[in-house]
Amino acid sequence: MAKSESEMTWKDLEIGCICTEPGSASQYQSGGWRSQRPTYNFERCIKCGLCSMYCPEGCIHQNKDGYFEADLYYCKGCGICAKECWTKVIKMVEEEEK
Amino acid sequence: MTIRVGVEVSIALADAVKLCNADVIAAYPITPQTHIVEHLAELVANGELDAEYVPVESEHSAMSACLGSSAMGARTFTATSSQGLALMNEVLWVASGMRLPIVMAVANRALSSPLSIWGDHSDVMSVRDTGWIQIFVENGQQAVDNTICAFRIAEDNRVLLPTMVHLDGFNLTHVIEPMVMPEESAVAQFLPPLKFPLPLNPDKPVAMGDFGPPAIFTEAKWAQEVNIEASKKVILEVWDEFYKAFGRRYLPVEKYRTEGAKTLILTMGSFSETASLAIDELRSEGNDVGQISLRLWRPFPFDELRQAVKEADTLVVLDRALSVGGPAGPVASEIKSAFYNMAKKPKVVSFVGGLGGRDITVNAFKDIIQKGIDIARTGTKNEYEFYGVRE
Repeated sequence: MAKSESEMTWKDLEIGCICTEPGSASQYQSGGWRSQRPTYNFERCIKCGLCSMYCPEGCIHQNKDGYFEADLYYCKGCGICAKECWTKVIKMVEEEEK
Repeated sequence: MTIRVGVEVSIALADAVKLCNADVIAAYPITPQTHIVEHLAELVANGELDAEYVPVESEHSAMSACLGSSAMGARTFTATSSQGLALMNEVLWVASGMRLPIVMAVANRALSSPLSIWGDHSDVMSVRDTGWIQIFVENGQQAVDNTICAFRIAEDNRVLLPTMVHLDGFNLTHVIEPMVMPEESAVAQFLPPLKFPLPLNPDKPVAMGDFGPPAIFTEAKWAQEVNIEASKKVILEVWDEFYKAFGRRYLPVEKYRTEGAKTLILTMGSFSETASLAIDELRSEGNDVGQISLRLWRPFPFDELRQAVKEADTLVVLDRALSVGGPAGPVASEIKSAFYNMAKKPKVVSFVGGLGGRDITVNAFKDIIQKGIDIARTGTKNEYEFYGVRE
């Protein structure tokens, strides 16, 4: 994208706001919506991946050690992963908490 | 050679869509529009029109299917009326925002309740702000001609906007009228193939109808507004070229015997022709009256309207829709606001009548015009006159 969305004028938009760059939705930082974030106690994790299947954002992937972890660029903080995790790895905390 | 034939207006309109060689028709039948889409279904089934006919389960689906086919770059037509138009409402906004050049005939009919299959303009007024180009016709010939023009206007790459052709339910859709059907070759010459600039195409993927965050929504709406305002130039060009090719002229604001007229009557759709008869009688009785009507409803023809009334003292407006609890009929309201900042402007007297199939005869139009003149002289406490109600 040549210009960011906050720099675009009405003349920069394609007709009907058609998007000519497929996949550009990946640039959208839905993590900005979050008020709570997931925290992890990986000692309890059995790497079952259930959290990633339930994640409505599809933003939970395995990290380099094989543990499942949310990508905070996209994670909206819904807490479904924490609710579904049966070994209680995930705890949601308020964003302002350290 | 062109010959005049007696044909039902709905059938003629469907034949006009065939002349335009539509690619996709997605429609749901609703009175009084049914004959249009029934005849198109026949034409497709008989192999007379090589098009995809999609018999959908509702008008919401009809317009949704039209979005898809138009986005592929297919010439797309549908027709509806009243409740069907209301059911389409949310998709209408999508069509215009996505700049899809769908053409739709609307057989104007009242909205329930009480349930009415008969004509008025409540359905039109409920889709006033949807961003479609909207054209009113007064007879069958105009319906045929403007259906052809509508494709040319909508599909012009400077426009790319969906376009409605409004024709009165029953009063037009179900009458048989002598009409000149344009020659197929002449229509083919007048109407080039649709070239949608960014169609859905697996080899060159695009995404349509995405969400617009607050950072661009305002820009998107302004682009839409600039676009529809600019479409007027193309609309005038198309009507001008239609005149050169077929000999019938259309204007954003039509005038009838306005020379020297101090009082003008304005109404839209088929009632305009009845009003013209009233003007003829009043003129022959020595009254300085005339008539204007809005052919183009969207984009609203501000300049042409102001120009058309500049010699008049009084403009009587008959609306065939009621803004319940509002200031007047919707057309009169817009006309008043168009005049508000003019230094010299006619008095606007607003009537609402002809609702749900109630006829307004030539004598009733004479009565409305006379009452309008009286009210303009004496003033009134009423925001509008509700014509013809039994007390």
